[in-house]
Amino acid sequence: MLTGSVLRRFAFAAALTFIAALAFIVQPVAAQVPFGEATTAKEGLEIGTSTNEIAIASDFRGADLTIFGALTNADELLLAIGQYDVVVTLEGPLDYATVRKKSRVLGIWVNTESMTFEQVPASYSVAATRQIDDILSSEGGLPIGTDHMRLSPTGYVGNAGNLTEFREAYRRLKLAGGLYQHDFGGVRFVSSSLFRASLRLPANVPDGVHMVRAYLFKSGTLLAERELPLRVNKTGIEQQITDAAHNQPIAYGILCVMIALVTGWGASLMFRKK
Amino acid sequence: MTVYLPIAELSVNIFIILGMGAAVGFLSGMFGVGGGFLITPLLIFYNIPPVVAVATGANQVVASSVSGAITHFRRGTLDIKLGTVLLVGGLLGATAGIWVFSWLRSIGQLDLIIAILYVLLLGTVGTLMLNESVRALRRAARQEQVTLKRPGHHSWVHRLPFKMRFKKSKIYLSAIPVVALGFAIGVLTSVMGVGGGFIMVPAMIYLLRIPTNVVVGTSLFQIIFVTAYTTMVQAATNYSVDIVLATILMVAGVIGAQYGVRVGQKLRGEQLRALLALLVLAVALRLAVTLVVTPADLYSVSIGAF
Repeated sequence: MLTGSVLRRFAFAAALTFIAALAFIVQPVAAQVPFGEATTAKEGLEIGTSTNEIAIASDFRGADLTIFGALTNADELLLAIGQYDVVVTLEGPLDYATVRKKSRVLGIWVNTESMTFEQVPASYSVAATRQIDDILSSEGGLPIGTDHMRLSPTGYVGNAGNLTEFREAYRRLKLAGGLYQHDFGGVRFVSSSLFRASLRLPANVPDGVHMVRAYLFKSGTLLAERELPLRVNKTGIEQQITDAAHNQPIAYGILCVMIALVTGWGASLMFRKK
Repeated sequence: MTVYLPIAELSVNIFIILGMGAAVGFLSGMFGVGGGFLITPLLIFYNIPPVVAVATGANQVVASSVSGAITHFRRGTLDIKLGTVLLVGGLLGATAGIWVFSWLRSIGQLDLIIAILYVLLLGTVGTLMLNESVRALRRAARQEQVTLKRPGHHSWVHRLPFKMRFKKSKIYLSAIPVVALGFAIGVLTSVMGVGGGFIMVPAMIYLLRIPTNVVVGTSLFQIIFVTAYTTMVQAATNYSVDIVLATILMVAGVIGAQYGVRVGQKLRGEQLRALLALLVLAVALRLAVTLVVTPADLYSVSIGAF
């Protein structure tokens, strides 16, 4: 009985050793990773959009872009108590932007001061699971959201007060013009780890390559970041005209003059016959 | 019904643009002016960016001047030689004007300078015209003979060198003031989007003493080429000619002008001038108000590093 038991134990141990040895040979890489790591692996984020190209027709009045995403390796408990936050942004093509300020000179309002910011997005929409200031509370200095985005002036800046003033004016004007938007609450979890974000494309959205960026936060700490390019192409006759005006300006100018000549001449012919 | 203007980058009500074109066309036909000085401020009042309003205004003047120039050419009231000398100055002026225009745009003062120039020019011309037409109306009421003052046939203008003989106009005149006048009008065309007839015609009559019968035709000849040239250069350097806006304005304008001409023929000259003067002053006043009233927002944003 005893020997039998010892023997069985030995056989079991031998079999285990054999299996372990076999696993070592077959999957040497996997064996190097310690067990247990899988359950505490870093949380990740995957996103997808229904399209990577948006064609804007002539009658475009703005649209909503829906972005789906999934959290990977998320802790069920932390998810349940809402410790994960997602921020999704849609950033338009970068360009310089100049802010000007008027003041009264000899009774007339004149642009007297200006500040140019380098490489700022022409349009910017942000959606988040909640107020971005609440999400970012512990993580200072992340350039996410209209209030925190990087606005670096070019050239010499007189005093710091001026800089704050011009930055505020820039944000205010862009938000008022609809090119910058935020929707706190625009990201919703549709299941425990799947979320859906909707971002607004304004009617005057610039064409070019836009960037969809998604950020995953856990208790205010940035864990993961994903980005996807999104091409915005304006189609239709309007865009063809804009393209012609910029790509073949001479031919475009000649066409404008020809239309004028024909219109003027045609009208004088038409009305003479009557 | 809204239509999207691709260069101005905004949607407008097509009927407002059509109405604007027809009204300005009607007035230009009635008063025998190109209408650029009315269309450009009207477009600015309708929130079209001044850069686009000026370039498109120049394009619109091409259309409104063509039929008039053809008529004068047929009647033989067009001095091609004089027009060509004016045109040389005009093309140089328009080129200089485009350069000034781009420079003002780069330092963010274009809108202001356009408004100031309009206030000054329209204010001055309007006041002079109103003054003159009111006096003419009074004279007509008192049944006085109209005596056209012609003080000293030889002013300083006629003592300048480089004299040329203009057969059609039957004058012998230095090329310098002609080129200078053309140059000044060319600058105005590219900076303000006007043909400049409302300045060129009085200057030709009172300053250069060119016979009245060839003045209008010759100025139209110069205006067509200078505005066409300006349209092309604006399109090539500032990309600011809006073909959709221009086409709507031109079609409505040339039709309106035909009816304006008919109404104009029924009104007396001094009455017409008084009405035009009031209109010009109203536009100047409206622009002056925008310059002095505190703007809703002191800040503005533009794309690009200017």
